[in-house]
Amino acid sequence: MAYVAVKGGERAIDAAHGWLAEARRGDPECPDLSLTQIEQQLGLAVDRVMAEGSCHDRSLAALAIKQARGDLIEAAYLLRAYRTTLSRFGASRPIDTDAMRLRRRISATYKDLPGGQILGPTFDYTHRLLDFALLAGTPPPPAPQATPKREAAPRVTGILAAEGLMRPETASEAAPADLTREPLAFPADRSMRLQALARGDEGFLLALGYSTQRGYGNAHPFVGELRVGEVSIELQPPELDFPIDIGDITVTECQMVNQFAGSKTEPAQFTRGYGLSFGHSERKAMAMALVDRALRARELGEEITAPAQQEEFVLLHSDNVESTGFVEHLKLPHYVDFQNELEKLREIRADALRNAAE
Amino acid sequence: MNPGFADPTLDAQTSFRAVLDAMAQPGRILRLHASPAQPPAGLAPAAAALLLALTDADTPVWLDAGPAAAAWGRFHAGCRIVDDPRQASFVFASGPPPSQAALAQGSAEEPHLSATLVLEVAQLAAGSGWVLRGPGIDATARLLVLGAPADFLAQRAANLAAFPCGVDTILTCGPLLAALPRTTRVEAA
Amino acid sequence: MTTAAGYNFGYLDENSKRMIRRALLKAVAVPGYQVPFGSREMPLPYGWGTGGIQVTASIIGPDDVLKVIDQGADDTTNAVSIRRFFAKVAGVATTERTAEASIIQTRHRVPEAPLREGQILVYQVPMPEPMFRLEPRLAETRKLHALADYSIMHIKFYEDIARTGHIATSYNYPVMVDDRYLMSPSPIPSFDNPKLHRMPALQLFGAGREKRIYAVPPYTKVRSLDFEDHPFQPIRADGTCALCGSRESYLDEIVTDDRGGRMFICSDTDYCGTRAAGQEAAE
Repeated sequence: MAYVAVKGGERAIDAAHGWLAEARRGDPECPDLSLTQIEQQLGLAVDRVMAEGSCHDRSLAALAIKQARGDLIEAAYLLRAYRTTLSRFGASRPIDTDAMRLRRRISATYKDLPGGQILGPTFDYTHRLLDFALLAGTPPPPAPQATPKREAAPRVTGILAAEGLMRPETASEAAPADLTREPLAFPADRSMRLQALARGDEGFLLALGYSTQRGYGNAHPFVGELRVGEVSIELQPPELDFPIDIGDITVTECQMVNQFAGSKTEPAQFTRGYGLSFGHSERKAMAMALVDRALRARELGEEITAPAQQEEFVLLHSDNVESTGFVEHLKLPHYVDFQNELEKLREIRADALRNAAE
Repeated sequence: MNPGFADPTLDAQTSFRAVLDAMAQPGRILRLHASPAQPPAGLAPAAAALLLALTDADTPVWLDAGPAAAAWGRFHAGCRIVDDPRQASFVFASGPPPSQAALAQGSAEEPHLSATLVLEVAQLAAGSGWVLRGPGIDATARLLVLGAPADFLAQRAANLAAFPCGVDTILTCGPLLAALPRTTRVEAA
Repeated sequence: MTTAAGYNFGYLDENSKRMIRRALLKAVAVPGYQVPFGSREMPLPYGWGTGGIQVTASIIGPDDVLKVIDQGADDTTNAVSIRRFFAKVAGVATTERTAEASIIQTRHRVPEAPLREGQILVYQVPMPEPMFRLEPRLAETRKLHALADYSIMHIKFYEDIARTGHIATSYNYPVMVDDRYLMSPSPIPSFDNPKLHRMPALQLFGAGREKRIYAVPPYTKVRSLDFEDHPFQPIRADGTCALCGSRESYLDEIVTDDRGGRMFICSDTDYCGTRAAGQEAAE
């Protein structure tokens, strides 16, 4: 009965796992990749995995990338599955990006501004020519050094707000919801939305953000400011009356400035879309800021016409760990349901053919 | 401070499974085998086990068992004790309970946001007493309850009329418990 | 009892289990209503049974005996993988015998052998909302459930009948629970729907990616949606199992060659194996 010899699932799984381990390692003659190499030389991949994996740990992200053979969505999933087993000790105080130690800071709205423009380590003005010098592994010549200016670099949105041109955001002392512990409910508040976008798939958000520029959502965005650098994480334990600095992390923040036509009760002004991401991830932070602004349509009384403005559509499909799971589950056997469909189709066809013959 | 569960993981699992069985089969009396050996003053063993098994920092708890029980719950379960029973997701009554109508009812869209009332009674026995009907029950079940408030059945009837909103009740008696989810129709014998 | 080093019994931490347990109790109290819960990432991907796995992980204890089936079979790769997961993280006994199991986790089937009181059937659910193809917005379907307004489903069935003479749904066929909530029975074949009605076992449904839990208590009325002049009709291939000769069980169709050759075997491997063994013993 060769056709029904389905026993052997256990052996097949073991054998497949063995093969996978070999395939991951590749040619054993080739030196094993170290986590430090991944962290140091594939740093932007590490940043993306930390952001979409909702867990800031560079070496664990590097491990996940190594284990996932460079599949970054698989790596983000590995990190999430690990993260969910950890206890939640508390919530940090909000990070202060005004006090960021800047590595890069650009504004597209002002030629110059307090704190200046800092180009930083960017691909932006490189010519995208494959660099065959990397083949030889020659170290790059040392970059020129300068002493950092200790000048304050206030956020551009604050400069606009001082003039009354920026729609104010109302601060809230309410404890934000935690997406990792409770499900999204709709309509989602902004803290929940930003959490969902911050861990959302970069490619999905990029496409949605792009769509708002092409007329699906009527956006007129300007990069008010994009900044990358280190911020302190502070924890305020309930038994102390002062916060404790528990370390620095790198984040990318984008404040996108958008026109707002105004309403009967509000004068025309600028509004902001906000993007924040772990590590150095400008594309992600910018796409997030565009989508955040598009999703404010309901709050601002704008007509909802485009996919990027539809909250349920955007937030329920942005998580790549969820979407890859459900898409890939189609590989699982479905023969019980398919059999049912076969019988149903045969029945309906037989009826139709009989009717046609009569 | 009296100790909590001897084995926090497995005792919580055993206690939960008993409540799940009870809730799935209204009126069935179950004996909890993993209750804390020395519950705090004012809390009987089954009620104490439920407090540990079901509550934590995410569940506001109201109880009338006194400060020792409140401190015990805070320490072992990490639960938040509230003064107003309307804000509680779990209400533990050792004496006369707050009216069911005064507890969280949930809403038509979110009926799961209603309170669970854990009510200590003087006696629980099977085979006689109230006649129960509804999901989880094969035709009818009988449950004898002594020590519930006089208007308990009237409160139940009002509760049922608000379905899918409504309070779910767990009756405890020393180490025993039985459940009356909101769907159960209760008649006096 | 041995469990995997570094992980809690049943994998989930106690806080997550408590949260899921509270959701389960409310689900049982409001039969057929989908309770939102804070679904966790599991080491198996979303879409591969994480809802069922989280429910099982929250109820299972060291005395339980677990059976896991996928497509009715214990030996399909995903069933093997999930069974192994629980053997590893909860150290529980596993079985392939329906009658011996205290918890049965299933994907896409209800076992052929009737279940008894005290057993728990845990369904893996991909899309808990029965109306999602007609109204994908959760904020809207939540209102429809609150109002018990299921007219869009009736209209859809009516349109099917008008077009083809049949209700076109063959699996994941929606049911009314206790005359109140419209519920997805998960993608089981409609053949299995009648088994849900007044089942003595407790039925729990977990949708991990969609973050919903729902339940049907024992002996609860479960009616497949239909019309008086178009009564519900479960579908089964008109065939006989080539292994055990059953004419009652749900069958898988096996393609035996490329010239139209077909054979049928039971989808429920335990049912089929038990029958075949009984016949051998009788001979």
